[in-house]
Amino acid sequence: MTSANLAPDLAASMRLSRPRLPRWAPVLALVLTVAAAGLPAMLLGWSVVGWLALALVLFLAALPGWAWAVEGGRSAVDRLMTALIWSAFGIAVIPLVWLIWTVVSQGASVISVEFLTYSMRNIVGSGGGIYHALIGTLLVTGAAAVISIPIGIFAAIYLVEYGKGTQLGRWITFLVDVMTGIPSIVAGLFALSLFVLLFGPQFRAGIGGAVALSLLMIPIVVRSTEEMLRLVPADLREASYALGVPKWRTISKVVLPTALGGIITGVTLAIARVIGETAPLLVVAGKTDSTNFNLFNERMSTLPVYIYYSFTQPGIAPPGVSDPPGIARAWGAALVLIVIVMVLNLLARVIGKIFAPKKG
Amino acid sequence: MAKSIDVSDLNIYYGDFLAVEGVNMTIKARSVTAFIGPSGCGKSTMLRSLNRMHEVIPGARVEGKIMVDGQSLYDASVDPVAVRREIGMVFQRPNPFPTMSIYDNVLAGNRLNAKRLKKSESDDIVERSLKAANLWAEVKDRLGKPGMGLSGGQQQRLCIARAIAVEPQVLLMDEPCSALDPISTSAIEDLIHELKTDYTIVIVTHNMQQAARVSDDTGFFNLKATGEPGHLVEFNPTKKMFTNPDHESTEAYISGRFG
Repeated sequence: MTSANLAPDLAASMRLSRPRLPRWAPVLALVLTVAAAGLPAMLLGWSVVGWLALALVLFLAALPGWAWAVEGGRSAVDRLMTALIWSAFGIAVIPLVWLIWTVVSQGASVISVEFLTYSMRNIVGSGGGIYHALIGTLLVTGAAAVISIPIGIFAAIYLVEYGKGTQLGRWITFLVDVMTGIPSIVAGLFALSLFVLLFGPQFRAGIGGAVALSLLMIPIVVRSTEEMLRLVPADLREASYALGVPKWRTISKVVLPTALGGIITGVTLAIARVIGETAPLLVVAGKTDSTNFNLFNERMSTLPVYIYYSFTQPGIAPPGVSDPPGIARAWGAALVLIVIVMVLNLLARVIGKIFAPKKG
Repeated sequence: MAKSIDVSDLNIYYGDFLAVEGVNMTIKARSVTAFIGPSGCGKSTMLRSLNRMHEVIPGARVEGKIMVDGQSLYDASVDPVAVRREIGMVFQRPNPFPTMSIYDNVLAGNRLNAKRLKKSESDDIVERSLKAANLWAEVKDRLGKPGMGLSGGQQQRLCIARAIAVEPQVLLMDEPCSALDPISTSAIEDLIHELKTDYTIVIVTHNMQQAARVSDDTGFFNLKATGEPGHLVEFNPTKKMFTNPDHESTEAYISGRFG
């Protein structure tokens, strides 16, 4: 067989190009389906939600169908899965965006210097602020972090470096997993009963809230630190041992610095996770209208509890205004809380970047 | 300063699995000893048991005796950390510490052991070690840069510099050149030649020519059969090993007729 009569066969069997939909096909399909769904929605008087739901269903059918006709089966499945994944992403993001939009739009007008620097002491009606709750949240969460970060990190070091494969290690891992699932109100009641047993039935203080929060925080810190320590290659530990470095120095000077970025990120996220807890603080830290700097004495308001009380006991609306003053304060406090959590998250990212091992 | 190592009736286990059986040998001071043999026959395991790195793996243990300078390495009173300070090791894969600069990597052995060094002393150690590892010229202008930014061959030479910076008595090398180009390899072989005046060197290699070039003595390890423990077939001066070995299987392996 010569190459001359082989060539046409080869060309036929090696067809690499197929008809493709243009790049703007998904956009066009989306616009058309939204418009098409608008017709019955308008005629039958559906809400926006019904309209968009119908548009989504039409789109999920139309684009793969079009692709099937032009590009073939494999491509149609690809388009369908891509469309499904994008819509799942969109549906997941909607509540988040909605929530942030609502809180910002309702709370932004409330934020003022007075709102951030005044407590609720002797406030009747409008005015007052969240200063006492802000201080309370920072102190209680800070104390919770001080309690749980060392315990959590040391427990994780034990699990990864010493307790691997031992019975005790397995039990600790199991208990940490169980602790992750403790409902926060149970943690609050545990802290309350502990302090009531120790200091009498009237005891309410910020430290109780801190203990309750640390119960929720420790398992998160242990888990994230454990994952980070496991990521440190065994090669590095061996390199260190081979230089005659004892195990504890290897852990403190080689393993921990290598994993530091991830550990700090995990710790910050754990703080962000517990800073919004309401139930345990409601139970054991209590509620007050005045600023309290002492974690160990008297009740201490925190932002989530403040929001709760502002909403359930909003006061009486002044004449001519529809909403009682507490509602606006609750929105403002919610916005401040969300901003704090966001700042913590951003901080975690920045810190993670700074401490990550560098190349080049 | 360099020490000789006497190994007698050494069995090495991973849990219940016997990996290396019945090794007897004498590693001479101020010489280079090479371990050769097919993959999985226990050369690296043997090497790691010489500075008690073997027991870092959970369940790993050793039976028999290894004597260094008249002391039994596996005696209950011996501190493995002290052993590793005297018997350094270079691994197959380069493993510089990712959080440290080139400078700090070389000094890691000293720094991590909290040895206080003056700036001039540190500079001295870094320059001497990097020069010995044939890396000084390439990195002297960027000592503050991270060690992970170097190429694979440079990283390996950095690891050698790090190992000799603590001035051990014995240097164990586990296929140190398997990730290196021929130029770096020959640099490291030259380095081994220089180091042997001060150190006892044991090197595991898959490269027959390398074993022939650098070593004074050679040990050939082999498996009796798959699943059986590895054992030392022959331990002889390299010259004899490569010209007139005692065992047929040694000759078969060295000449490439190994089944």
